[in-house]
Amino acid sequence: MSQAFRVPGHGRVDPARTVSFTFDGRRFQGQAGDTLASALLANGHHLMGRSFKYHRPRGAVSAGSDEPNALVAVGSGPALQTPNLRATQVELYEGLTAVSQNRFPSLKFDLGAVNTLAAPLLPAGFYYKTFMWPRSFWDRVYEPVIRRAAGLGVAPTAPDPDHYAFQYAHCDVLVAGAGPAGLAAALAAGRAGARVILAEETAEAGGSLLSDRTSRIDGRPAALWVADILAELAGLPNVRVLTRCTAFNYGPHNMVALNQRLSDHLADPAPDMPRERLWQVRAQEVVLAAGALERPLVFEGNDRPGVMLASAARTYLNRYGVACGRRAVIVTADDSAYRVALDLHAAGVTVAAIADLRPAPDSALVRAAQEAGLTVLPGTTVQRAHGGTRVHGVELARLLPDGSVGKGRHWRADLVLMSGGYTPSVHLFSQSRGKLVFDAELGVYVPGEPAERTRSAGACRGVYALACVLADGAAAGVAAAGAAGFAADAPAWTVDAADEPGRGGYAGALPRRGKGLLAMAFVDFQNDVTAKDVKLAVREGFQSIEHIKRYTTTGMATDQGKMSNVNALGIAADALGRPVEKVGLTTFRPPFTPVTFGAFASHARGDLFDPDRRTPIDPWARAQGAVFEDVGLWRRARYFPRGSEDMEAAVRRECLAVRGGVGIFDASTLGKIEVVGPDAATFMNRMYVNAWTKLGVGRCRYGLMCRENGFVYDDGVVGRIAQDRFHVTTTTGGAPGVLALMEDYLQTEWPELDVWLTSTTEEWAVIALQGPSARAVLAPLVDGLDISAEALPHMSLAEGTIGGVPMRLFRVSFTGELGFEINVPARHGRAVWQAIWDAGQGVGITPYGTETMHVLRAEKGYIIVGQETDGTATPDDAGCGWAVSKAKADFVGKRSLALPAMQAPDRKQLVGLLTEAAWEVLEEGAQLVARPDEAIPMRVLGHVTSSYFSATLGRSIALAMVSGGRARVGETLYVPMEGRTIAVTVTKPVFYDVEGARLNV
Amino acid sequence: MQLSHSEFALAPAAERRRFVLQARPATLDVAARALGLGDTFAMLAAAAAGAVTALRLGPQEVLLLLDPAGADDGLSALRAGLAGVAHSLVEVSDRQVGLDLSGALVEAALASLTSIDVAVAAFPVGMATRTLLGKADGVLWRTAPDRFRLEVWRSFAPYLSGLLDEAARDAVF
Amino acid sequence: MLLIRCPYCGERSEIEFANGGEAHIARPADPMSRTDEEWAQYLYMRDNPKGLIAERWRHAHGCNRFFNALRDTRTDRFVMTYEMGRPRPEIDAATAAEAAR
Repeated sequence: MSQAFRVPGHGRVDPARTVSFTFDGRRFQGQAGDTLASALLANGHHLMGRSFKYHRPRGAVSAGSDEPNALVAVGSGPALQTPNLRATQVELYEGLTAVSQNRFPSLKFDLGAVNTLAAPLLPAGFYYKTFMWPRSFWDRVYEPVIRRAAGLGVAPTAPDPDHYAFQYAHCDVLVAGAGPAGLAAALAAGRAGARVILAEETAEAGGSLLSDRTSRIDGRPAALWVADILAELAGLPNVRVLTRCTAFNYGPHNMVALNQRLSDHLADPAPDMPRERLWQVRAQEVVLAAGALERPLVFEGNDRPGVMLASAARTYLNRYGVACGRRAVIVTADDSAYRVALDLHAAGVTVAAIADLRPAPDSALVRAAQEAGLTVLPGTTVQRAHGGTRVHGVELARLLPDGSVGKGRHWRADLVLMSGGYTPSVHLFSQSRGKLVFDAELGVYVPGEPAERTRSAGACRGVYALACVLADGAAAGVAAAGAAGFAADAPAWTVDAADEPGRGGYAGALPRRGKGLLAMAFVDFQNDVTAKDVKLAVREGFQSIEHIKRYTTTGMATDQGKMSNVNALGIAADALGRPVEKVGLTTFRPPFTPVTFGAFASHARGDLFDPDRRTPIDPWARAQGAVFEDVGLWRRARYFPRGSEDMEAAVRRECLAVRGGVGIFDASTLGKIEVVGPDAATFMNRMYVNAWTKLGVGRCRYGLMCRENGFVYDDGVVGRIAQDRFHVTTTTGGAPGVLALMEDYLQTEWPELDVWLTSTTEEWAVIALQGPSARAVLAPLVDGLDISAEALPHMSLAEGTIGGVPMRLFRVSFTGELGFEINVPARHGRAVWQAIWDAGQGVGITPYGTETMHVLRAEKGYIIVGQETDGTATPDDAGCGWAVSKAKADFVGKRSLALPAMQAPDRKQLVGLLTEAAWEVLEEGAQLVARPDEAIPMRVLGHVTSSYFSATLGRSIALAMVSGGRARVGETLYVPMEGRTIAVTVTKPVFYDVEGARLNV
Repeated sequence: MQLSHSEFALAPAAERRRFVLQARPATLDVAARALGLGDTFAMLAAAAAGAVTALRLGPQEVLLLLDPAGADDGLSALRAGLAGVAHSLVEVSDRQVGLDLSGALVEAALASLTSIDVAVAAFPVGMATRTLLGKADGVLWRTAPDRFRLEVWRSFAPYLSGLLDEAARDAVF
Repeated sequence: MLLIRCPYCGERSEIEFANGGEAHIARPADPMSRTDEEWAQYLYMRDNPKGLIAERWRHAHGCNRFFNALRDTRTDRFVMTYEMGRPRPEIDAATAAEAAR
């Protein structure tokens, strides 16, 4: 069979360019311009998928993004296959490979279809009812089985090889949808000079006009008019037309997200081409021209392949040149289906009957159908569609005046078209928080008062006749441009089209004869929700439409009510005995259609996921083979292994080298803030727990900062450069937060202070030189600066030069050894490091990393904020009560520290722990209890915060926060671990050089 | 860190000394006059005279970019003008680096990083502001219709260069 | 993404800003003279209104200035932004109703 259903002379596909593709391994041919669905239909192939729950055979029911059934996976391989694409949107290209989903072993013969036989056992809410017991079965048995049986496509398993673009955009007028209303709006606003973005979901602008062979605009066929408008728009530099681009999210303050598909339709895209682009558009004004979706009718077997929306058949015929069958029966509640009938008839498709639910349809279109010799059956409904993997007939029956249904008659058909009227696409409007109002005449919800600067035009607000749609679009474009400050004239066109679609319609399940206990009439095809499910939900007590939605799953997932909403509402209203407008509406959630994860990630993956911050000394460390660790966004050298050393061995060696000679450490990542102004000391007094007034110029002090709640927030050494200038350091990770907190107090509480803050973190490269030999290495390099113990004692600083480079030299130590921190402008960091490195060769200078730094400071009992403290530790808890000024009347946190709870004797306090076995290193985070034999739950007294093997001491050490810890020094506590309990002795938290003799040399 | 496509180029900017000047607005006016840059620094705008360019980034903040050749004279004039008046002047020459971005795709490349409208009508030549570019802060200063100076903290430069490069490549499509 | 008018830089997207919580809660001048209850009130208790809130924002990725804003928490509509230090502006009923819309 080779495109036996292609209709020559119809459609916008290119008859000269035949395209080959495979579906479920079978080769097919289509034409350039086809979608996967239209090409399959051209080959008479309706069966495209199996349904979610019952595994029923399904074909395309629509021709657009509202398609619930024809979900396919496109591409091949573990990375390149994209699941859950709608065949109705997948554009054909040479070599396209697609497979159907949710079937086993094959689409035609699917074992899961037995679920249909079991349908009486699988009503709405069956998960909740059936799989309640035993509880333990849920995770291991029920959920995996359900997930395998009921589901959509399979997610790719390998990383996505494509890349995705991202773009912010700003415009005066954003138009969503390029059908007649959208084109008219874009043209009106574009001519006025407004910056316009026109986004169209499909491959081609034109919307319904591309499926319209009869209407004429200004005497031109509709499709040619579209081309004229597009040509004019293309000539306007202020207008951007984006096709294959879906407006999927309407966020606050007119920020609309668009998803543009760039390469999926290409057989051989350029290698650099992004697959998709995510746009975040901030629009002054928005025009929504999203159109309307035709509603299916709810009757038994309405999901059989070959049962389609009438408008879809028209689109396949007129846009793609495909007849969806040979012999059609049309069931309608609206005039628009008559136009479909006439088009099909003209194309040679037999229209066996038009069953109209209305008792006495009468309009120019109805008469035209009758005059064409078509059989029109007024007051007639459909009882069921017959068929398996393809429909082969329907049963039509009279609607009797008393409301009952007469005896049915079988009609042979391989195509059953249904038209329940139109539902305006109000999704974006609803997402924008606009209020929807029920239009009693149309029987649907339409946009009411908007919340954003937005307006709806055309079919998405229930305006259907072409002449009205164009005028409505043009008016919306003029209004939007005007609101954005551009005076515009409304373009006007004469329309020659008599059709008046959308005036009829039906909501709910069609009436039936008899009980039909086993009938499956689908409301939501995608989620396999039937009319009976909705009724059952009401019977079981669900009153709110939001609850009914969740219980039955109707309108959930990607459908978002596109196809199911109004019918579900109609059935619920009927069952509840309330009018539709009193039942309410469920929320339309973004995205309008699914969006690829890659598009959301866009550039933020791989190396560009986060900034990878490196210090000026990083190249040296890398050349030395350092192992790095992430600290915030910084990459810091963790240790410098030699030969085959592991971390433990390297750290032992590095520790001993510092204690015994000299080590060199890259401290550039430390946060630095320059606090400058006449009120600098006053400000420091208020921000830090310490007192600063008496700190002399050239002196340093350990600063501790609390938040107003009294808990330790950050710490660091602060040097006084001048009377009005402090060089403040912070922790590596705390720098932005400390600056923000300082700015907060300065700007909002003490704006009268003349002091300003400048981040200088990256101005300075910082080289820590630590160990007894540090002075000997450094002294010859500092251009004559006296760095003797007398001239530059512990906790002092000097400005000078090192090899001619300006330097701020801090005599500080985070190791407990004689130490210097050499600050030089960042560009010189690498060279100064090298000079010190060279100078230290004679004394075995050793580079060390953050791990060794941690061990050395723990030996001295120096805390690390965020390791010993956790946001609930006061300075006193952390053993830093000595830093808190008693003299100051106020500082941030002082009042909170005076609260009784902050002074309770059983607060967790910093202590040291020693294990009995010197080799045993406790686990950080391990809990401490009083008795080894305590019953569970044990009373936890505290936890281990830091734990290392100390090469210096030849044994393990640990720091811990323990309830009333300082009073427990000497006690034995216990660390319960899996299978055993470790006894520890509580000690003071300083393990090495308790007197600090090594510092003051 | 030197990238060039046919319609987008990224190159290190000319060497500059940099200072952050912070003070109350009236004091900044004094500084503007001391530097010969008019009676005030206009918000979010660049002003240049001689070796000194000043970018007013906030009500109390100006970023000074000085040609090294004339930097000392400019600084002396500034210090003289502000003597005895409360202010903060902090050197940040090495804190950040300057990147020159140019070419027909420069707007498109930047638009994939910043939520600010960079069209010339909204972001005219001479405008300067700090903004968020991807996940990094940067100061963006338009020096010509198709040219921007980007000032970023040193360690963020590779990230931003990489991001701009990718964005410019994507902008072709 | 909200569009927020920084009093100094004009309208910018929310991504450039950091919210600083409820505005016009002044730190007591002499905290140590406050009772524990008064201090806890200052430290922890916030209004969390359904409707107009005066709140602090910082243009964190812009001019780095704090400012105040009046926003309706139901609609995310901003009535206005204003500089730190200014009292909370009086809002007429029509403006408040528009913000609530």
